[in-house]
This record gives sequence, C-alpha cells and structure tokens, in this order.
Amino acid sequence: MPEKVLMKGNEALAEAAIQAGCRHFFGYPITPQTELAAYMSKRMPKVGGTYLQAESEVAAINMVLGASAAGIRAMTSSSSPGVSLKSEGISYIAGSDLPAVIINVQRGGPGLGGIQPAQSDYWQATKGGGHGDYHLLVLAPSTVQEMVDLVSDAFDLGDKYRMPAMILADGMLGQMMEPVALPEAGEKKLPEKPWAACGHQGKREHNIINSLYLQPQTLEQKIRDRYERYHLIEENEQRAECYQTEDAELVLVAYGASSRIARSAVNKVREMGKKVGLIRPITLWPFPTKAIQKAAKNAKAFLAVEMSMGQMVDDVKLAVQCQVPVHFYGRTGGMIPTPGEVLGEIEKILGGDR
Amino acid sequence: MGIVFQKPKSITDVPMHYCPGCTHGIIHRLVAEAIDELGIEGRTVGVASVGCSVMSYDYFSCDMVQAPHGRAPAVATGLKRAIPENVVFTYQGDGDLAAIGTAETVHAATRGENITVIFVNNAIYGMTGGQMAPTSLPGQVTQTTPYGRDVKTAGYPVRVCEMLATLDGVALAQRVTVDNVRHIAEAKKAIKKAFENQIEGRGYSIVEVLSTCPTNWGLAPTEALEWLRSNMMPYYPLGVYKDVTKEGAV
Amino acid sequence: MSVEKDLNIVLAGFGGQGILFAGKVLAYAGLQEGKEISWLPSYGPEMRGGTANCSICISKEPIGSPLVVTPNVLVAMNLPSLDKFIDAVEPDGLVLVDSSLIDKKVTRTDVKVCYVPATRMAEDNGLKGLANIILMGRLYEELPFCSEKNLDAGLQKCIPARKADMLEKNRQAFELGRASKE
Repeated sequence: MPEKVLMKGNEALAEAAIQAGCRHFFGYPITPQTELAAYMSKRMPKVGGTYLQAESEVAAINMVLGASAAGIRAMTSSSSPGVSLKSEGISYIAGSDLPAVIINVQRGGPGLGGIQPAQSDYWQATKGGGHGDYHLLVLAPSTVQEMVDLVSDAFDLGDKYRMPAMILADGMLGQMMEPVALPEAGEKKLPEKPWAACGHQGKREHNIINSLYLQPQTLEQKIRDRYERYHLIEENEQRAECYQTEDAELVLVAYGASSRIARSAVNKVREMGKKVGLIRPITLWPFPTKAIQKAAKNAKAFLAVEMSMGQMVDDVKLAVQCQVPVHFYGRTGGMIPTPGEVLGEIEKILGGDR
Repeated sequence: MGIVFQKPKSITDVPMHYCPGCTHGIIHRLVAEAIDELGIEGRTVGVASVGCSVMSYDYFSCDMVQAPHGRAPAVATGLKRAIPENVVFTYQGDGDLAAIGTAETVHAATRGENITVIFVNNAIYGMTGGQMAPTSLPGQVTQTTPYGRDVKTAGYPVRVCEMLATLDGVALAQRVTVDNVRHIAEAKKAIKKAFENQIEGRGYSIVEVLSTCPTNWGLAPTEALEWLRSNMMPYYPLGVYKDVTKEGAV
Repeated sequence: MSVEKDLNIVLAGFGGQGILFAGKVLAYAGLQEGKEISWLPSYGPEMRGGTANCSICISKEPIGSPLVVTPNVLVAMNLPSLDKFIDAVEPDGLVLVDSSLIDKKVTRTDVKVCYVPATRMAEDNGLKGLANIILMGRLYEELPFCSEKNLDAGLQKCIPARKADMLEKNRQAFELGRASKE
C-alpha cells in the first residue's frame, strides 16, 4: 500500500488518469476544475504525453474525439457551463462508438450560474445532454480517493463497451484535500483497438469512424445494437454502496458530495436509535436500481438528498415503482446542505409529518 | 494493351454521390493522387467534415473519421497529436471551415498544427440546398439571400487564405481552382506540397480550391465554370498567400 | 473545548497571509497522527483582495461535509474574517485572534478567546510572514491534537526539502506561538 498523501481531488484525479494510461489531455480553463488542467500541463510533458489548451470546450472535446479515434486514451475536463458546450462532441463520440473520459467538476447553474459546488447536472449527465438516443457511463466519486479509483474504471469501462464515460464530481471534491493513496506507477497493458483510425499500413481495409447513417433502417439497427450493449451494462455494471440499509425503515439516497452529508445525518440518527440507512449510487448510469429495489422490500420510505432541485430523485422513484413514498431534500445554486438540515427532514418523515 | 489512365489507388470503388459538373470529384482525385505519389496511404487518416463532402469517408481508401460540423481541425489535432507519425488531412467546405468552424480553423492554424487542410470554396451551402455561405459573393442570390447578398445586413465574404496568411503557424496558404487543365495541374502541385509540408513537419498548410456548385447556382456545368471565372476569381484571386519554403516572397 | 473532540477548524484572513498553508500543516500533522482529515479552501474571486479561508476537519471518524459551517476552532487573521465567522463558532469553542491586526474584542462569553499579536511577534523576531505559524503554535498549545513528532512531520511535509532554512524559521515561529500562552 503506497503512502497516503494529501492532494486536491482535481490533482489526484489527474495523476490517476496518467497512471491509467491517459497521455492526451485537451482542456479549457474553468473554475472549479482548473487545477486538473494545470496539473496535466505540468505532468504530461514529463511522461511523453500531450497537454493542449484548446480554443474552446467545443474544440477540446473534438480533439478528444480525434485522439480517441486514433485508438489512444484521451480525456477532457470541465465544469458545468463547459460541459454544455461539450455536449455536441459527446453525442458524436457516443454515435461513433468511441471511448473517452469526460470530467465534470460541477458548479451551480443554469447559465453562468455560480462557482460553488452543485449537483444540478445530473439530468445532463444521465439523460443525454447532447442529442440522440445514447448513454454515457456516469461515475460519481464521493471522496478524493474515489476520484482516483473511478477514473481508471472510467477508462476501462469506456474501452470495454466502446462508449464515453463521465466522472460526475463537484467543486467540493475537486477543491478539497484528503489523504489519498495513488496507484503504483507502472506500464498498464491497454486493450487492442482494431477499429481505430490509426493508419491501415496497407494491411487491412480502411477503418471509418462515423456517426452518419442516412438510411433510417441502418441507423435504427445501429442504435438497437448499441442499446443491447446498454442493457448488458445495466445488468452488469450497477454499483452502489449500501450503508446501514439492512434494517432501515427510511433509506436515504445520495451520491457524491451530498452523500457525505447524508452519511453524517444517518450516523446521528442511528445514535438516537432510529433505523435509517443510506444508498450511495456510485454509478449514476447505470443507476443502481437493484440496490434500491432490494432496500424497498423493507423500507417504509426513501429520501433523496441532492445539491439540486431534485433530479436523481426521479430515478429513485422509477426504481421504487410507487411501492413506498419517495421524499426529496435539496439545496442548490452552490449551497451545501448541512447534516442538521438533513436530520430535520429525517425527523419530519419518521414523525409522519409528510 | 497498356493502362494509360486509371483511378488513383487511394480512391475506393464506392460510387460518388456528387452532382454532375460538381468539382468535388476532381479535387478528391487530386488529393488521392498526392497520397499515392507520396506513398503514404497506409499512414494517412482523413477527416471528413459536414457538407456535401460528408461521405468522403467512403471515397478515400485511407482510414477516415467523420467530424462534427466545423470541428474537423480539432478532430485532426487529436488524431495528429495521438500518432504524430501519421499524415492527417481535413477536407472541408466553406460553411464548415469559414462559418461554424472558424474558431477551430484559426486556432489550428495559429498553433501551427502539423496538418493538411483541403478547403473547397464554392460560395454556397450545397448539401442543405443552396443557402448563403460565408464566402457567398456580394449580390449573390441564394435560398437565404433571395434578393442577393446585401452586405449591409449579411456582411462581407471571408477571404480565408488572406486571413490565415497573417498567422505565424501557417506554412502554406494557397488558393487554386480546377476550371481548366492548367489550373488543375497547379492545384495538384499545391495539394501535394501541402502534404509534403506535413511530412517535413512545417505546420499548418491550407489549399483553398475555388469550386463550382452547378445545382445550387442554377447553372449548367460549363456555365458554372464560366461563373466561377468571372465572379469568384476576381473576388478570390488565385495565388500563394504564404509559403514558408519561400519566405521573403510574401 | 476538549482535545478529545473532533476538530472542525476555520482559518480565515487576507489572501497572502498563508491561511491555506497553515491549514495544510494542521492537516498533514493530523494525517501523521492517523486521523481522518479534510482540507477545503474557499475558492473563486474572493481569493483576490477579500478574505481567504479554509476548513480543516481532523476526526477519528470518516469526514462527512468538509465544509465547516459551525467551527469549534476559529483562527481569525483580519477583522472581516472575525466578523464573518465569530457568530458561527460552537459554544465552548476556541477563537484565536491576531490582535496586532484586529483591535476589536470578542463580546461572546461562551467561547474561549486567545489574543495573540502574531503579526507583530513575527516581525519582532525576524519571522516576517510567519504569523500564521505562530497562531498554529498557539492552537497546538491550547489543543495538542497530535504528538510533537507528528506535528513536526507535518511541517516537514509542507516545506520542500530544498528550503531547509524555511523549515527552521517555521519551527521557531511555531515555538513562539506555543510560548505565547502564559
């Protein structure tokens, strides 16, 4: 086990991406993710990689598209308004069956919004963002250590399923320092990519990376094939942490930064002898419906806690399928809920006020 | 009997969809000939843009990537940075390069991105049915300038080579056309040079090819060539606007 | 305020006073001690010209929110910071005030306040710019949350080896802060 160091989430994630074999980073400055790009600009030249500050987020994501089309691991990072700009490219990457890693260190929106941490891009990340029938793998770290661990998973899963993967973090996780154990340095064996546009050297037919299918029958088939893969992912890749849910009558559901607060609240009410637990989705797409459904067998109610006006709560409701009530508590615009506020909500629900 | 004429090796057997009289076919051929002559097909990756040439990924036999509208230079940047030994070219129309992709174009050029850009300027949006392009001429009638392009409201055309020639990162900025045999031979030379520059690591090279769109101009192919000569060439003079191999000539 | 409690610390002052650095020293010391740690800076435009602050949690349990809303330790290095955070301090909490920069006295009676003229002490002792570490010394003297060895290890983690002279000065400043407690 390597020695733990204190690192900002943004920087730890960047280092972990390099350890995961990423040698091409294309970015554009935006708060609160800037340290990630700055770290890459310092490290990439030392590991023979490319750091390129693009002219816009639009250009950056398309540089990722190009590098990824060439068959190598490429990544970009941004924060909410920047991710809106990247949405076009993300749709094309998905439509071209390319892997790629996109980091969103979320801040408050809509519009220019604010720069404090938020979770109001859940819909954008999990329900589309760009146009067309497609999904992103969406992973939600809740600690600096998870910022590190999930980024290599994002690359691996993206390569495995040939689709873009997003790390949905937020300003709190990006800016904070926590003790973190970085992966051991070493050459990582990366998967072969026979589909890549890397030059055929006269040894095979030409590869075409493309998202255009003018025949609707062909396009529909292409999408149906992709959805078969998506179903496989929904079957095999759901991840969630279940905390004190075994006997829980009330189950909180929260991811990322808000899950840390929800956990504090759960600990407090457990001390008061109340049966409350927490499901922390680690994959937001695929959403961990299995964990929710399992908990729904015993729970009398759910409470989604988010730093938004209520976005993930929709998926909780879909998973619960009206078996028990699903409540919501959230702060937004860069406000972070306190454990006390969540505690108040829990008491209201358990007291039957709602 | 000896073969006296054949399709370049770098062109596939897929039938092209271009309209009769359109000069895309000639320009495709020139690009393919250059690739063949330089013997680089196996390490060349082309980037198709959005517009009439969108399906050029089916026509070139090297590896191909289809880029979002205007983003071909960014996609090419990613491809080239990923594998610098490869030869990367974009094939872009005027709407793609000089309207929606202006930022990507200017910045790839000023970075001196070591890529080759084939810019087909026919002063109109062809694929969507003949709307005003950034390079449509003053007074030119299009679907969206039915009374002629009024520069007071629609602004002036963009002269791409002249603009990019001011940037330090540009190795070659040359405007050619393909209306006659002599011009085609010149265009071929320019395109080949744009590829050679990349192989030599000289930076961003752009060859602007004045091209026709008989269908959307509403002219017969020969009339279209005449229209190109009498309207486009005076506004967009042929010539070398920058060539780092002949510095001092500018 | 007992050292047995989890520490939820807010350090606040002007940009340039070494607020974030001081926080890092505490965090590293806590890490050496085997505690759970978080360090969260304020970020954004307010870092230029306004107040800079950072939240540090040192705990036996995994840390929930790293944003300290109700600190049990506040270190204020300018008046706006004191005004901004004083009402949020938990009853029985500890407040350290750089009294060479803040004239005002705290009116709350349910918190322990230490007035340390840290900036002047730093200047008088040839330790300009180390008022932050003097205050950390005093904080440690009030609440020794880790061993002296781990505290020193924390300092060493935060100061690059090539700046050995700075390490000595930081140690001096730290001791000065400790000795300021009568």
